[in-house]
Amino acid sequence: MKVSSSPHIRNSRTTQKIYLFVVIALVPAALAGIYFFGQKSLYIIFVTVISGMLFDLLMQRLFGVRLHFNCSALITSLLLALILPPTVPLWLPVIGVIFAIGIAKYPFGQGNNIFNPALVARVFLAVSFPVFMSSYVSPDTLTSASPLTVAKIDGYGTLVESFGLESSLYSALFVGNRSGSVGETCSFLIIAGGLFLVLVRVIDWRIPFFYLFSVACLALVLGSDVLFHLMAGGLLLGAFFMATDYVTSPITKKGRIIFAVGCGVLTVILRLYSSYPEGVAFSILLMNAATPLIDRFTVPRPFGR
Amino acid sequence: MFGKGVLLAEQKLSAASQIIRAPVPKRAIIPLQQHIGVMCEPLVKPGDIVKKYQLIGSAAGLSAPIHSSVSGKVAEVGMHPCAAGTVVLSVVIDVVEPEFVEPESRKSVDNLSVEQLLEIIKESGIVGMGGAAFPTHVKLKPKSPVDTLLINGAECEPFLTADHRLMLEHAEEIVLGILVELKVLGVQKAVVCIEDNKPDAISVMRNAIGDKNSISLAVLKTKYPQGAEKLLINTVLGKKVAHTTLPSDAGVVVSNVGTAKAIHDAVYLCRPLVERVVTVTGDSVEPKNLLVRIGTPIKELLRFCNASEYEKLLVGGPMMGVAQFSDEVPVTKSTTGIVAFKHCVDEPEQHCIRCGSCVEVCPYNLLPTVIAKASSRQNFLAAKLYHAEQCMECGCCAYSCPAKIPLVQHIRLAKLEIAKRK
Repeated sequence: MKVSSSPHIRNSRTTQKIYLFVVIALVPAALAGIYFFGQKSLYIIFVTVISGMLFDLLMQRLFGVRLHFNCSALITSLLLALILPPTVPLWLPVIGVIFAIGIAKYPFGQGNNIFNPALVARVFLAVSFPVFMSSYVSPDTLTSASPLTVAKIDGYGTLVESFGLESSLYSALFVGNRSGSVGETCSFLIIAGGLFLVLVRVIDWRIPFFYLFSVACLALVLGSDVLFHLMAGGLLLGAFFMATDYVTSPITKKGRIIFAVGCGVLTVILRLYSSYPEGVAFSILLMNAATPLIDRFTVPRPFGR
Repeated sequence: MFGKGVLLAEQKLSAASQIIRAPVPKRAIIPLQQHIGVMCEPLVKPGDIVKKYQLIGSAAGLSAPIHSSVSGKVAEVGMHPCAAGTVVLSVVIDVVEPEFVEPESRKSVDNLSVEQLLEIIKESGIVGMGGAAFPTHVKLKPKSPVDTLLINGAECEPFLTADHRLMLEHAEEIVLGILVELKVLGVQKAVVCIEDNKPDAISVMRNAIGDKNSISLAVLKTKYPQGAEKLLINTVLGKKVAHTTLPSDAGVVVSNVGTAKAIHDAVYLCRPLVERVVTVTGDSVEPKNLLVRIGTPIKELLRFCNASEYEKLLVGGPMMGVAQFSDEVPVTKSTTGIVAFKHCVDEPEQHCIRCGSCVEVCPYNLLPTVIAKASSRQNFLAAKLYHAEQCMECGCCAYSCPAKIPLVQHIRLAKLEIAKRK
């Protein structure tokens, strides 16, 4: 007879199932990347994921973890691939994924990493290989800067002109027919994947909702175009797939709202007033750092107090 | 309980099984501690002949007397394992069941005073029948003024149907018991609380209550652990009872339907508490609701239900029940059910991914993962600061954890260590 502690029943959710749902939610965006940017995207995704999984196995060995197929490494690798420019040489994501898994993840202990590994790797690559990491192309492979870069350097008006009408800009941002990183261009497939995750209760709706809502509000207040900011750059990917990473975001409901609003405010401020065109990666990483503090200050009052 | 707690598969396999009497055991093991409070003093010694209903354990202080559920000869008074996992002083009786004539019913109840009723309840050894086994005569004499009596017919644990069948088959007696409790408390308002997965019990109880002004019925949305005392009070009356206070401090007394029935049997039928309804269920038995004599080893009930091989045996429900290492433990006043699982899958434990599922479901708004992590690192001070003592061990957190971490086990350990260091 087996003797163990109550409760003696469990629900059917497992961590592997949760991770699998995230991967499924990312596939449409990945496919869009391959569609718009061609074979290069496919190779980048492939190389990143394979090298990430292999390196993860090595890490499992080094850190004494029982060898297994680690789905969270799959997610980190895939996410990293999706936020790289489609022009990068194939050795670059390999370095990135090694940094993500080998430095941003395992040394902190399992489930204890402070920063989102994929974002840390992206920032590391951007700082180490600035030229490669800013060489964007549009789907018709003419070298062209990303919409956010054009808006920053030449102004929003010039950006709109380059698309003809503002509605053409919006539809390009929505459908994905614009310059950007491998997986960030097709807004509607990212949103679809994100909503799927909300529906199957893998991610807390509060984070994407309050992140996007605060971006919209702040952009409106500061006189910038709301729809443009919501769909440009890596915001949607960040709001649905990066900020919602369990390990690096708060565990309390109130905490998650604060976290999301912080991300939103920082994203807009960085986009408008810093020397970088995009603010998503930095703002999420900064809020990751604030997460333990947020958790401490949002401890819910026990029932009855 | 909006948003908190968990929706469980009900598994009420025995809901349609009428209560039948379990066979009287050949040997009854009656623990002298079956209730919250002071253990009873044995009044018999080996060799003594005892009769059914005879007082065999006397109560002093916060306690409830214990009566023999069988007639026979005392074989020993010694330490025996009980379902809680401890070893307790028990009276073992070799049963010789002669033709036993039940005591005569009381002729009139209405002329009994409150003190007399309390005395009957006390002398009959009645304790809370929902599983906590708190001495009822103490509960019905609260220190603070009370204006509402809640009758708990929720039975939110999966598999268990004892209260459900009691309401279906003994509704009139339960209502009479409720009226006694109202009289003793001096209260004019009782609410019978039933979860909506028992529509038949709801209508039967409604009929039994009839048009009495003092008793109403509240239908609750089925969710675990709606039947927990403080959550029940919050859902039905909107009041919040703090951890350090009792429901009576909020003007409420909560009492199980089984307790009401036991009070009826004591007051109207002059029968001390010696038997109770136990649900024997699970996928390796024929599920039944049995009327069992206290002291019956659960082995005999399992045999009566044609139990086949099982890997896990629980006393209680699957969320809060205690896994047993021996089937020789006896049924006591707090045994609500016995669940035998054919298979027990031990899912491997992984590291916490901080998903927050446990935080989302905790009915007491605690942070189970934080307490459990502190506990596993021997940091019991941190566990205390994060309110480990308020945990009622309902199991919602561990049930929901995708990493299959035994959260309740960690928190329970923290609670024990905190209590040790007081």
